[in-house]
Amino acid sequence: MLLEHAKLLGAIRVTGEVVGRKKLQKMIYIAKKLSFPFQEKFEFHFYGPYSEELTLQIEELINMGFLMEQKEKKGGYIQYRYRLTENGEEFLKTVQFKNDPALQSCLLHMNEQSARFLELVSTVLYFDSLSKDDIIEKIAKVKRKQNYTEEEIEEAFQFIHKLKREITH
Amino acid sequence: MSYSTKKLSEEKVFKDPVHRYIHVRDQVIWDLIGTKEFQRLRRIKQLGTTFLTFHGAEHSRFSHSLGVYEIVRRIVDDVFKGRTEWDESNRLLALCSALLHDLGHGPFSHSFEKVFQFDHEYFTQAIILGDTEVNGILRAVEEDFPQKVAEVIAKTSENKVVVSLISSQIDADRMDYLQRDAYYTGVSYGHFDMERILRLMRPWEDQVVIKHSGMHAVEDYIMSRYQMYWQVYFHPVTRSGEVILNKILQRAKELYEQKYQFKHEPKHFYSLFEGNLTLEDHLNLDEAVVLYYFQVWQKEEDPILRDLCHRFLNRNLFKYIEFEPSNNEYKKYMSLVKLFEQANINPEYYLVIDSSSDLPYDFYRPGEEEERLPIHLLMPGGELRELSRESEIVEAISGKRRTDHKLYFPMDILKEKQMDESVRKEIFDLLHIT
Repeated sequence: MLLEHAKLLGAIRVTGEVVGRKKLQKMIYIAKKLSFPFQEKFEFHFYGPYSEELTLQIEELINMGFLMEQKEKKGGYIQYRYRLTENGEEFLKTVQFKNDPALQSCLLHMNEQSARFLELVSTVLYFDSLSKDDIIEKIAKVKRKQNYTEEEIEEAFQFIHKLKREITH
Repeated sequence: MSYSTKKLSEEKVFKDPVHRYIHVRDQVIWDLIGTKEFQRLRRIKQLGTTFLTFHGAEHSRFSHSLGVYEIVRRIVDDVFKGRTEWDESNRLLALCSALLHDLGHGPFSHSFEKVFQFDHEYFTQAIILGDTEVNGILRAVEEDFPQKVAEVIAKTSENKVVVSLISSQIDADRMDYLQRDAYYTGVSYGHFDMERILRLMRPWEDQVVIKHSGMHAVEDYIMSRYQMYWQVYFHPVTRSGEVILNKILQRAKELYEQKYQFKHEPKHFYSLFEGNLTLEDHLNLDEAVVLYYFQVWQKEEDPILRDLCHRFLNRNLFKYIEFEPSNNEYKKYMSLVKLFEQANINPEYYLVIDSSSDLPYDFYRPGEEEERLPIHLLMPGGELRELSRESEIVEAISGKRRTDHKLYFPMDILKEKQMDESVRKEIFDLLHIT
């Protein structure tokens, strides 16, 4: 019963608050790529993997009153903050939803990172069927405007390694 | 003359109810249309279960793919040709990508993807890059041409202008399916002045933009998209058909996992059930095959599979009520699950919540925070402005949140099945059945 919605709520509850729509998209994508059971369908867009289904589920959760979206002006753009409402907490309690401890740990690590960095991590994971050199070449082509440095790309690989270690432990 | 530029001795035309004629002059395009992988799309309906609501909606992904090709052909040959921002060497790449963009779709794609967790994009890539007739033709153009086409369709190509033509907020794919779906469903929505939009499309750095003077034509397109979303794609009866289809597939898979002895072994489904669908198996699955199994499964011993197939083939669909989780209705749902169990009706198959997020269509959103690239208007001064900042009409409909959930159930079973009358009354009360 609204299981996919419950999984999203559960993920946001772990973090306390997620700042930014892009960040939330990338966190769920990365978790899915790490084999956590999120079912949303992602496609590659201008800014990396993106799920329209996830955007709609978030809207649904807001309309259900389970999730609070706070809009704030940040420089030239609008930023969104997401946090559970009391009704959202009650819903998770009623359906007896429990998060996987490994997922919790991964989400906390991800939430400490910037949206820009998670965009890079999710792009690396999107091309994970390629060799490391080919991934680096691909990022230089499809993420030209973001100007990721070699250090950032290496850091992204390390970060993925760290998350995978969290899961195996 | 190389294969990539070879023209047919005579232009071929396909009569088409949406674009009047689809023109083919390139040998490569003609050869691709003739491949078995492309011809297979004739046996895949564009709109899945919509024909259960709008009986005319029997059109195929074959006709849609030809339509997308024709729109891109008109853009590159009639509008972009000769413009300094357009690289003419991308012409064949754009045409092939348009024609092949849906190649990996399977029968009733959306339901299959939901239940079996695979995605058609993967198979589009596999057909283009694998040992197929399509791959052979693309390789004859250039050794790395299949890779280039696959990257455009996957949206991972660095050639963003070509990607935008096939896949963006105002692309050839959407422009074809809105008009085609409107035509075949018979609704009066879905119409807009495509010719004007095409004339005012411009390649601009790494995207396709619309000249400001085309704003009203784009407004019409956005309105069409909005109306088609709510009136056709999201029709509650179509969703009921889709719910039953999902449940048939879920049931068949569950029975297979329980080592149930099917009277008619579903050999075409084995690799799907086991999660290792090969390209060959995928290409052998089409809607004729799936409907054959539904036909024979009506005679199965399993009462749930038998009943669901009978419902789907004979359009005995589930009824529905509006379901609003925010009003604590999820607690009502949980009570209903218990009551269904008491009445010996399996709630997993006969009490289903369907949400707006379950649908593979969307309406226009400006795309804040770099989620997706919005529609940009090219202003007279040369700067770009996001559409909803210029158009009050678009702003009015794109800013509105509208989500929807429905609860589906089989009214006939609830009325006719033998059960404790107090249980029946409680179920009827909760479902507002009088």
